[in-house]
This record gives sequence, C-alpha cells and structure tokens, in this order.
Amino acid sequence: SSNGSGGPRRLSRALPFGRSHGRLGVSSSGRLIVPAPSSQEKADPQKTAFLLRKAWTLYSVTPLYRFRRGRLRDYARLLGAFIAAEKQKGLAVEVGVELDIKVALSSLADLRGSELDQDALLVQLSSRSQASSKNSEDKVVWSGWFCSVFGDDLSENVPEHFTCLPLFLTHGAESYTSLVGSWFQKTFDCCFRRLAISPLNLSWMVAMWAGCKLDRAASAVELVFSVPRLAQPLDISYAIHPEDAKALWDTVQKTPGEITQEEVDVFMDCLYAHFHRHFKIHLSAAKLVKVSTGIASAQCDGIVKILHSQYLPGVLMLLTELAISQIQ
Amino acid sequence: MAVLRPFDKLPTLNSGILLLVGPDEALQQRLSETILQEKRDFNINVHLATSLPLPPERDHLRPRIDLIVFMIDIKSKYSLKKVECSLAHVDASFFLGKVCFLVTGVGRVNACSVEMNAVCKLGEAYCSPVLFCELELEDTRVATAQRLVRMLRICAGHIPGVSALSFVSLMRKSDDD
Repeated sequence: SSNGSGGPRRLSRALPFGRSHGRLGVSSSGRLIVPAPSSQEKADPQKTAFLLRKAWTLYSVTPLYRFRRGRLRDYARLLGAFIAAEKQKGLAVEVGVELDIKVALSSLADLRGSELDQDALLVQLSSRSQASSKNSEDKVVWSGWFCSVFGDDLSENVPEHFTCLPLFLTHGAESYTSLVGSWFQKTFDCCFRRLAISPLNLSWMVAMWAGCKLDRAASAVELVFSVPRLAQPLDISYAIHPEDAKALWDTVQKTPGEITQEEVDVFMDCLYAHFHRHFKIHLSAAKLVKVSTGIASAQCDGIVKILHSQYLPGVLMLLTELAISQIQ
Repeated sequence: MAVLRPFDKLPTLNSGILLLVGPDEALQQRLSETILQEKRDFNINVHLATSLPLPPERDHLRPRIDLIVFMIDIKSKYSLKKVECSLAHVDASFFLGKVCFLVTGVGRVNACSVEMNAVCKLGEAYCSPVLFCELELEDTRVATAQRLVRMLRICAGHIPGVSALSFVSLMRKSDDD
C-alpha cells in the first residue's frame, strides 16, 4: 500500500530496496521520490564539510535503548575509560606509540531529513602523543557518526525510550571501530552489522547520481564489475563521460524527482548493450561491485565516499533506507 | 520458428522428460545430477539447454517434454533476459502447468542483481509457479530436486486424478498490503 504523501520531501512507502515483505519481498510500486538538493539556508556546509571526500564504512544499527541526548559528556567519559581499560588488558590498538585517547561526542542538527529523524551523533577519538608538547593539536584518529535521514519507517514504529539512528559510518582503524561498537552495544543494547550493498542497489545509486546536475566538470561515471568463477579473478571497469551518462538518464527519466525500477533497468540495459556492442561481453552476467560518480561512490562491501555537499541528504537518505531494510 | 509444443509427440512409456533452460550450464549440470540421484520408480531424462529454440536438426530424436524449468539466477540479470527471450519459443499450451520458474542464488541476497518484483510478475504473466532455491547448498539442492521430481510425475501423467492443470489453480495469490 502506498503512503499518503506528507510534505514534498517525503518518500513513498514502497521503496525498491527489497523492503516490503522481508529481504526478498516484492516492493509494490518500486518508486523512489528524490529529495531536492539541500538549500543553503538550512544546512551549514562548514559543519558537514568533514564528511566529504572520506571513505566511510557503513553499518546498520538497531535502535538505542535509553540514550539521552543530555548526557553526551558522561558518555564520552565512559567510553574513554572503556577504551583505556581495554588497552590495559593488552588489546593493542597501535604498536609502538603511547597514545592517550580522548573521546568527544556531539550532536549534528543539520544531518536529518524529516521531523521524526533524530539529530545525528558524532563520535570522535583523538590522540595527543605523550612525546609532543602540551600545546600540540589533538589529532583525530577515528571518527564515527550515527544518523537517520528520512528514516521514518523505523522511527514511526519504535516503542518508547528507543532512539533510532539506523545508519553508522566510520572512518579509521577497525580496532577502534570494534571498541566503540562494543561499548555502544553494551550500554544501549543495540546491534551493529556491516551493511552490504547489492548490485541491484548499486545500479539504483549510479542511475540516480549520474542524473544529478553538477555545476562544474565532474569526474567520469565508473562502474566496476567482477566476473565470477574464472580461474583468475577478473575485474572490468567501465567508465562513461558524465555528460553522456546524464544525457542518457535524461532521456530515460519520465518524471523529474521520481525514479522507477523500470527507468533504472532501461538505463542499465543501455549501458550493457553499448558495452556488448563493442566488446561482446555481457556485463549483465557479471557482478556490479562498485559505482562512482561526481556525487558519490559506493562499493558492495559497504564503503561509500560522498563528494558533494549539495546532494548529501539524498545520498544519506538512500543509505538510511538500506540500513533500515537490513535491520528489519 | 521452432516452438515447443506439449502434445505433438507420443509420450515415452514410464518416463518423465524434464527440460532445464538457463544460461548457467554448470548449475544445470549439478541440479540434473541431483535429480537423477533421487529414488524413483520411473525413468527420468533431463535435457539441458542454455536457451530456446532447441536446434531443429535433432528434433525428430527428441522425446516429448513433460516439464520445462526456466532457471533464473538472481545474481545475473543476463539469465533473466535469456529466459525472457526463450519464453517466446514455447507454445502457449505449455503454460497450463507444465512450466515453472526456478530462481536460484537466493542464499546470497547481498549479491542480488535481479529485482524480485520482475520475477514474480513474470510468473504471474505466464501463470506458472516460481520456486526459490539455493543450489549451492546440498540440502536445498536435494529438496529442490525432490520437488521437481514430484512435479514431473504429475506433468508426465503418472498420478491418476491429478493433472498439471492443478498447478495453475494453486497459483492464486491473495493481494497483499
């Protein structure tokens, strides 16, 4: 059943990322409404600049129990103590250098979509090497942030005392990620899982992002395929001029601001047919593992890089949706 | 144009003839081996094809086909395209219970390249059941083989009182949401 629309930025209820009836469910309409690029007066690009051009590893997180926004400094202190204790136990996080890890937790009000979304939560681990002088700058060694952008399908149905921030993005050493993750799991009874992105979802992303308007010269639209079951693993990289890709998408898309599964299929089929005409290889039989455009890039093992602040909400909305479908 | 028809040849005595159609030959091979290992009291012949139409030269040697199974791998959009093209070479009367779609690779949802809605719509459009399975795991491969053998027995007319038309009536799906 499709949701009666709220404001112009609300999603239609039936989303294509396989949600309606479990993972292999049939999505009833397969249509996605794309939010317009964020207007400047709402978001301060300086605050979110640190998110851009970094490779973020994605996780889905179940709702946090009894998380209180007012206690961020207490949480930071507890997490710092936990990390120090784990280091004492001999879990070496960095070899050879004595590091004091300082933890900072903060809220980011700009990274949300609808009224039901909670403010994003940023966790930063910084270090000051004991060898350097007292006035030296703390160096951020790890950052992670929880967010929810148009995650209403989860937030609407959650019981009291739970905070929904289903998407978790990390940048930094895996050892710190697991330390922070274990602390959150123990403290708020939540569960983290690596977010995988299927080839179907990657093709949605490349179709959406290739169609976005960019004011300056953008990098090529690139798709990377891995060919299964060969003696030597083979990767095929298919690069398309961004203007050609956008021109193709513009001929395919019927309603601006709205994307259907059929349109994504036609777009991808055109790319496959073009490749087959030249190289006699059926890319549709290979596995799409990475897509990158001037807006963002994404890999099947759940690593994304966002390059353009204007389209940040749109990208986060897709990723929130993927995270929610992995939780449910 | 060579079209497969269900009743243009005489049936083979005490046999069931199964045709697997799909571009993944290795998977077809494995499934057919598992099918042939099933205990049964009638002969089973499994024919394999990557697409239809079948080569016309050997048509006079081919027995009557009782059940066609179209194999779609959710990891390969290409397999869906090949199956869709092959459907045109099957006579409409085959779709009265003697065709089914087998969707393989469902154990790896994160490698999904085919949209489930498209496959289910295909099943509805052709009035044929859609079975989901994972052929890389032995247990489900054996279970799938057993299901196909049971369907084959009915399609070959070995079960008195039950014909392939029963599959069509079992296809009724309640509208969800």
